[in-house]
Amino acid sequence: MFRRTRRNLFALANALTLLLAAGIIHAAPPVPQNPSTDDCLACHSDKTLTTKRGSRTVSLFVDGKKFSSSVHGSLSCTACHADLEGKDLPHSTPLARVECGTCHSDEQKQHSHSLHGKAIARGDTLAPHCVDCHGNHDIVPVKDPRSAVAPLKVPFVCGRCHQEGTPVQLNRQIDQHNILENYSESIHGEALLKKGLIVAANCVSCHTPHNILPHTDPNSSINRRNIAATCTKCHAEIEEVHRKTIRGELWEKEAHVLPACVDCHQPHKVRNVYYAQGMADADCMRCHANEHLKAADGRSMFVSAAEIAASRHAHPRTQAVPVSCSQCHSEVNVSRVRPCETISHPVDCSKCHEDQGQQFQRSKHGQLLAAKDPNAPSCRDCHGTHRILDKRDPESRTFATRVPELCGSCHREGQKAAVRYVGTQHEIIRHYQESIHGKGLLKSGLTVTATCTNCHTAHMVLPKSDPQSTVNPKNVPATCGACHHGIEEQFEQSVHSRLVTKTDKDLPVCNDCHSAHTIRRTDETGFMLDIMDKCGKCHEEIAKTYFDTYHGKVSRLGYTKTAKCYDCHGAHDILPVADPRSHLSRANVVATCQKCHATATRRFAGYLTHATHHDPKKYPFLFWTFWGMTTLLLSTFVFGGMHTLLWLPRAFQMRRELKAEEAREEAARSNGTGAEGKATAEEDHRAD
Amino acid sequence: MPTDLDLQTSELHSSDQPRPLGPERKRPEREFVRFTRLQRALHACMIISFLSLATTGLTLKFSYTGWAAMVSRFLGGFQVAGFIHRTAAVLMFGVFVTHLYNLVQVKKREHKSWRALVLGPDTMLPTPQDLRQFLATMKWFIGMGPRPQYGRWTYWEKFDYFAVFWGIAVIGSTGLTLWFPIFFTRFLPGSFINIATVIHSDEALLATGFIFTVHFFNTHLRPEKFPMDTTIFTGHMPLAELKRDKPLEYEALVASGRLEEHMEEPQPEIVVRTIRAFAWIALSIGFSIVVWIIYAMLFAYK
Repeated sequence: MFRRTRRNLFALANALTLLLAAGIIHAAPPVPQNPSTDDCLACHSDKTLTTKRGSRTVSLFVDGKKFSSSVHGSLSCTACHADLEGKDLPHSTPLARVECGTCHSDEQKQHSHSLHGKAIARGDTLAPHCVDCHGNHDIVPVKDPRSAVAPLKVPFVCGRCHQEGTPVQLNRQIDQHNILENYSESIHGEALLKKGLIVAANCVSCHTPHNILPHTDPNSSINRRNIAATCTKCHAEIEEVHRKTIRGELWEKEAHVLPACVDCHQPHKVRNVYYAQGMADADCMRCHANEHLKAADGRSMFVSAAEIAASRHAHPRTQAVPVSCSQCHSEVNVSRVRPCETISHPVDCSKCHEDQGQQFQRSKHGQLLAAKDPNAPSCRDCHGTHRILDKRDPESRTFATRVPELCGSCHREGQKAAVRYVGTQHEIIRHYQESIHGKGLLKSGLTVTATCTNCHTAHMVLPKSDPQSTVNPKNVPATCGACHHGIEEQFEQSVHSRLVTKTDKDLPVCNDCHSAHTIRRTDETGFMLDIMDKCGKCHEEIAKTYFDTYHGKVSRLGYTKTAKCYDCHGAHDILPVADPRSHLSRANVVATCQKCHATATRRFAGYLTHATHHDPKKYPFLFWTFWGMTTLLLSTFVFGGMHTLLWLPRAFQMRRELKAEEAREEAARSNGTGAEGKATAEEDHRAD
Repeated sequence: MPTDLDLQTSELHSSDQPRPLGPERKRPEREFVRFTRLQRALHACMIISFLSLATTGLTLKFSYTGWAAMVSRFLGGFQVAGFIHRTAAVLMFGVFVTHLYNLVQVKKREHKSWRALVLGPDTMLPTPQDLRQFLATMKWFIGMGPRPQYGRWTYWEKFDYFAVFWGIAVIGSTGLTLWFPIFFTRFLPGSFINIATVIHSDEALLATGFIFTVHFFNTHLRPEKFPMDTTIFTGHMPLAELKRDKPLEYEALVASGRLEEHMEEPQPEIVVRTIRAFAWIALSIGFSIVVWIIYAMLFAYK
């Protein structure tokens, strides 16, 4: 009653004031007057001021103090309650809903697109408006602990609707249960609520404050594709403590093949426990431990736990715990009874072995695999499947001594890779086994000896013609130099190196002299003799002239004692004779001869090691000596030959006459006895 | 056809009978001695030396043929072949020096002066008569005259004899240069080794080619003497052959009455057989080398 009286008095005073004011301004045109905050508070500071909304009685009290200290304290009431603008007081009720979006347009927009906003648009009375979370006249900055949406309060703000027993939880489709309860026990909830760590994730950290969307919406912050980005807002370096390859990038780009955070760390229940990787392996083994398990196409689906336990993946280098089934067989879906039924791609090793994967894709093997060539090898063809061992494990299929066999399973003559190969290298495996590398590896058991992969690489195997190939002529010195570094250093200084000689012609590299798969000891007779033909492939003329000299002739006979190309020119450090560093430079040549001819002098070194008598310009004296000798030879032979040939008919004639004479003597002897003894003795002696 | 000589020699035989012969064995005919023991020995040494030099040397000259490698390996490698080559060269020098020494001895024993030796009727030096005989031989070859009456040394025999002198000088000197290159380059330029190589090699080819074809034909394998004239090995030749081949010498001996000094009992059968075996081996090697040379020069030349 009293309250009503006061209000009436206030109204009366107001009316009087207005009348007065009307009188004052009567002379001027009337201007609509906005009610000031004080005007509003004149009524709304009354704590008993209420109104009826339907059946509910609603307080209309506004705490002036709180309002003036709120973020909106400097605004007038009509800034928000816009429908009161220019209205006379007391105003009619009810007022229109305040549109926060007038100022907070972004938030408003997000909200209206959000799950909550759409529910409002649908007319869902349970849907929250701005005021339901933020409050009304006492809104303070979110960092202010008094804020309704301060981090500490957010779980409760959200929990008002999203907890067991609320109309929302009861009447609306919400997949998660015990959300608030789970959250408060989770590592995030514990940090926030028990430890007061206000940076700990609360509801809006993951779901966003205004843009709350169902996880099925691709734009949702909790969609599978976005969850990684959401978690990494705080767990920015998570990939470092997980696996090298689950980079934020890969995680986001290839979310369909990688497990999302929530697959392991269930939402709301995120615990402060260490999630043993592979804890779900037991689930896989429930079926796959069965030795008789078969796929639809008859393949055995049995997985030997013992094999896996012995494999490298049971003791990975990059993580402290074994690699789990689902890390390789990704695409599993934990919400299915058979989580593996969603697997649609083969195991992709490059998820972890990213570098190797990229190299493989670039390689000939990878290209063939991408082209769906049935002969193309994939990771498993070399490395196997569950029983993968480290290449340093002697049991491993990729252990050095086994590599030739492994590559040979396709590249041996007659096998699938060798059949399609059109190049010049044949009997690769057999040749390798007989080569110095093969013998070193397989006979001497020297595991640091070069195997296939040392030259061709393990994963980026490319044909020689590819400029990126390690066996491309351009790269061969570096490839061999990986082990033979000292030789590479010498070679790169020599006239044969691309770095020294700039030419369009093909310069020789290691394998042009040493071959590729049939590399022999260089102190082997066969190699030492072959090398001259190797030099002769390019230096044809000079090699020919070498074979005109004593050195060359002995070499040609198959002996290695006499000087061969490299004995004088050097092997890897060949330089032009004009280069002072050359073994054959003026300063060095005598010492080079002295390697074999210990007492050699400078004049002795004047011996022409490549002299030929076929070149009248370069070696005129040899040329003319040769032709002088040849003339002498020919004329002697012609003379002697003619003499002999002319003689022959006469000689035959003499023979006939002698025979006839003998016959006559014989006849005379058989008739008479006179000279028998003497004639017979002579005959006997001659015919003997 | 019994001749004066036949009668003469049969008389000789009957008058000088060293021992009685059994009825089943005929008394052997005495033979003319053409070569002394030393000359035969030198020729045999020369054969051994020459064949060794040719075989080992040609392995280098024709190193591009498979045969060369095979022979070289058979001999025990190029170093062994080189050792054989140099040993044989020493032997050849030995033969040469021995022959020269023997000439001095012969001169002392049989001639008053070098002049007598060199200009005597049996001289090895070419004479105007050789030229005449050469021309007459050419005529005979083409059927325009009779066979000339040759003396002790025919012109082709003299040619062969001096070819050896020439060969030893040329091949020997260049061979020494190649054997001791460091010594020789003390006073010769290094490229002389190259020249020596060319001369040594080509002169050797000339020598082997000539010996194994022309010399073989001229002296050992002429059809009328087929299968082989072994005079140089046995030192003996039948008197009839002397009369036929060297009528001038024969006549001179008869005229001077010194023929009997040159007649001897034939070599024992076993010696003759051995000599023939040796000669055949040498001839075979020589012919093989000729075949090898022809193959290397014509078919495998690089």
